[in-house]
Amino acid sequence: MAGFIFKRLLQAIFVILAVTLIVSFAIRLSGDPAVMLAGGSNITEKDLQNIRQALGLERPFIVQYLTFLKGLLVGDFGRSFMGGTSVSLLISKALPATLLLAFTSLLISILLSVPLGVYAAVNRGRWPDQLIRIVSLVGLSFPNFWLAIMMVLFFSITLGLLPPSGMEGPESFIMPALTMAIILTATNVRLVRTSMLETLSQQYIMVARSKGLRDRVVLYKHALRNSAIPLVTYIGLQFGGLVGGIVIVERVFNWPGMGTLAFDAISGRDYPVLQGTITVLALFIVLINLMVDIAYGLIDPRIRTE
Amino acid sequence: MSDNSPSSQRQDGPLLSVRSLSVEFGAGPTPFQAVKNVSFDVQPGRTLAIVGESGSGKSVTSLAIMRLTDYTGGRISSGEVLFRPSDGPALDLVGASDARLREIRGNEIAMIFQEPMTSLNPVFTIGNQIGEALTLHEGLNVRDARLRAKELLQKVRLPDADTLLDRYPHQLSGGMRQRVMIAMALACGPKLLIADEPTTALDVTIQAQILNIIRDLQAEMGTAVIFITHDMGVVAEMADDVVVMWKGEKVEQAPVREIFASPQHPYTKALLSAVPRLGSLTGQPLPKRTPVMIMDGGVPKQTGATHVQDTADYTKPILQVEKLTTRFDVGKTFFGRVTHRVHAVEEVSFDIFPGETLALVGESGSGKSTIGRTLQQLVEPTGGTVRFDGRDMNAMSPSERRGLRQQIQYIFQDPFASLDPRHTVGFSIAEPIVVHGLLKDRKAIDRRVHELLEQVGLQPQHAKRYPHEFSGGQRQRICIARALASDPKLVIADESVSALDVSIQAQIVNLLMELQERRRLSYLFITHDMAVVEKISHRVAVLYLGQIVEIGTRQAVFENPQHSYTRKLLSAVPIADPERERAKTRIEGEIPSPVRPVGQEPAIHRMREVGPGHWVAVEADQLRGAA
Repeated sequence: MAGFIFKRLLQAIFVILAVTLIVSFAIRLSGDPAVMLAGGSNITEKDLQNIRQALGLERPFIVQYLTFLKGLLVGDFGRSFMGGTSVSLLISKALPATLLLAFTSLLISILLSVPLGVYAAVNRGRWPDQLIRIVSLVGLSFPNFWLAIMMVLFFSITLGLLPPSGMEGPESFIMPALTMAIILTATNVRLVRTSMLETLSQQYIMVARSKGLRDRVVLYKHALRNSAIPLVTYIGLQFGGLVGGIVIVERVFNWPGMGTLAFDAISGRDYPVLQGTITVLALFIVLINLMVDIAYGLIDPRIRTE
Repeated sequence: MSDNSPSSQRQDGPLLSVRSLSVEFGAGPTPFQAVKNVSFDVQPGRTLAIVGESGSGKSVTSLAIMRLTDYTGGRISSGEVLFRPSDGPALDLVGASDARLREIRGNEIAMIFQEPMTSLNPVFTIGNQIGEALTLHEGLNVRDARLRAKELLQKVRLPDADTLLDRYPHQLSGGMRQRVMIAMALACGPKLLIADEPTTALDVTIQAQILNIIRDLQAEMGTAVIFITHDMGVVAEMADDVVVMWKGEKVEQAPVREIFASPQHPYTKALLSAVPRLGSLTGQPLPKRTPVMIMDGGVPKQTGATHVQDTADYTKPILQVEKLTTRFDVGKTFFGRVTHRVHAVEEVSFDIFPGETLALVGESGSGKSTIGRTLQQLVEPTGGTVRFDGRDMNAMSPSERRGLRQQIQYIFQDPFASLDPRHTVGFSIAEPIVVHGLLKDRKAIDRRVHELLEQVGLQPQHAKRYPHEFSGGQRQRICIARALASDPKLVIADESVSALDVSIQAQIVNLLMELQERRRLSYLFITHDMAVVEKISHRVAVLYLGQIVEIGTRQAVFENPQHSYTRKLLSAVPIADPERERAKTRIEGEIPSPVRPVGQEPAIHRMREVGPGHWVAVEADQLRGAA
């Protein structure tokens, strides 16, 4: 196991190197931050030079990148071009907000999709199954930004029940978390259903029934664990997708998380902030995938021994 | 267990009484009737065999007894299943509440299923799965359940019961899993055990052990058994009474001796006539075709004639295999260094002559299929030489090797998986002709396909149909036609008749023999089924752990087996004759694994000649110990 984790962490280093290199390079193609920072119209080339000099942008790209890597080794992401705040500080504020949102929505999605998926599988072809499938298809077809806007319109503007934006108090969680959870649930329900159908046709399920076990035990002890592998795999993948989705959802709800931070960094060409956020997110995705691999072993002993 | 069951047990009447049971599947005005109006009784402590071929409804009947058909989309449309539980009067399981049924399932009636590989839940330990029924039905706590589970594992003769409790199913062999399954089924001391083809998927020596365990435990615990099987040999060995099912109906019921001695229903007669019986060719040097009785629209009809298969020409071999070795790497270290190898085939040598059938027999891991695949160039050999028609395969150019594929054809075990479902059978049969460029003209190819279909007993117009429109037996005929399309000299038949019902199997065997005579074909017949081997082969090679332990004429090997493994294999085959004394020698032991650490090469057997062309491996002590 230790060897396996070590191998994975080694891989993680390469992933982060590749991701940061691509991101750092790509953002530098998008334009000159000095122009952005200088603002006003009567700027001389000399002024821009000075700004670049101050930010260290006149150095060759590779030198800038290596400086960034050097900082990374000691956990220093540098300072924001705007206001000079430490990037680490910005991230340490934004990361919990995003993780809280991501895990809440993931949790809601699991709590909804597992029982619904199992119920649909058991009632295959009958009306509860049809209904669950149709509703999940509808859920799949919504773009999340549209869903987010509709929710704000309905719950905040029309009913005045929930705050339209910001992170203040538990009720501010409801709409952003639900928006993400609905999209996730729509796919997860189908996944649980298909995976359960496959498992329920296995002979050991008939054996479990022939022992006189209750349906609940057959379904949730014998069948669910065998159906969990595809779900866990998919949740791992979703986590990556979640990060992309979160940028949009955080924008709509003005959520002070990593998505907002990254978005602002891109529009302001704030290289250090963008590099920092992307590095941290990449690290998280790698970690989640490692956790998924470890979870496989916990779920299925056949994978453990390999 | 035939005559020694205490008669006192029977005075209360039957333990289970199935009355006019019908089971249907599917909705709508015309549901499919899988079981029609079937009635039978099971007496306490006795064994009832339900026999039938695929689609006879025997498995559905067995599931319907505990109403497990509820979970497969089946519906009991009429009839009663009266069961007498130990704690009260008989009740009808068809109308019983779910709660009452759950009290009976696993407790009063238990079931063993066909596939030991899939009937245990892969994610729970053995101890957990055995203990489950004990905590449920007997209210044991986890510790007591574990102790009982250990006793049960010892009862089914599994060594190391203690460590086994914490193991997972994938760490056990098929035979061991089936023992665990038996331990699980017998955990609560059921009155009735339903065994649905419990040994069909097992090797023959393992089958013999499992049958013994079931028989012994049944005698010890007084359990009644319903034994579902298609194997008349197993019926003869296990059953007191027999119910024969055909197309969802019971066609005959009688005590086991009567069924074999004087079958009444035409279907039973046909079934028994098709069963290959080990020892039926004793005293005869050559294989023989015999007529088969088949059911033609409910009327028995005889096909084929008796014909001695005098086709082999021993002047010059068509195929010479010398010291063939095939190994596969498994198990690698972190740095990709190989740590273990499967020694699938080790220095195997044999010849096949024109018009001859050589049977390769052995159990799992014997390497028999690997030899076939190596000859067909599907697997690269590690060493040794193969000469076809005198030419060394190693020395051939790539195009010559491709040409060889035309001369050597392969028939696979599973006729369902080996035909492309998206192409017509005509296309599949024509493919080898086109690939090898044997005929160019479209019309000529079509004519050839039609001829081939006729030769295998189908009709030319079948060429336009798709595989799913045919039955298993017809598909195997199509596979044979495809194998013959390139006009090969050697056909490798790898378990080609093993998956077929006996009546179909007998016809396919006859067809293969007829084609051999007509086209002077040589067959390499790979199988685990000794009774079929006896019928079809001129010579036999017995394989054990990748090496030949005995090779000779069929008569010599079957009538005068010299190697202990050959004897063990022959004695393990269930004989379809209830009058025959059951073999006294007990077979024990698992089949060892051909996987070895790198550097530990297996010792190569020395062979000695014990008769003309009859060679036997000199037995090392270690091999004698295992056998």
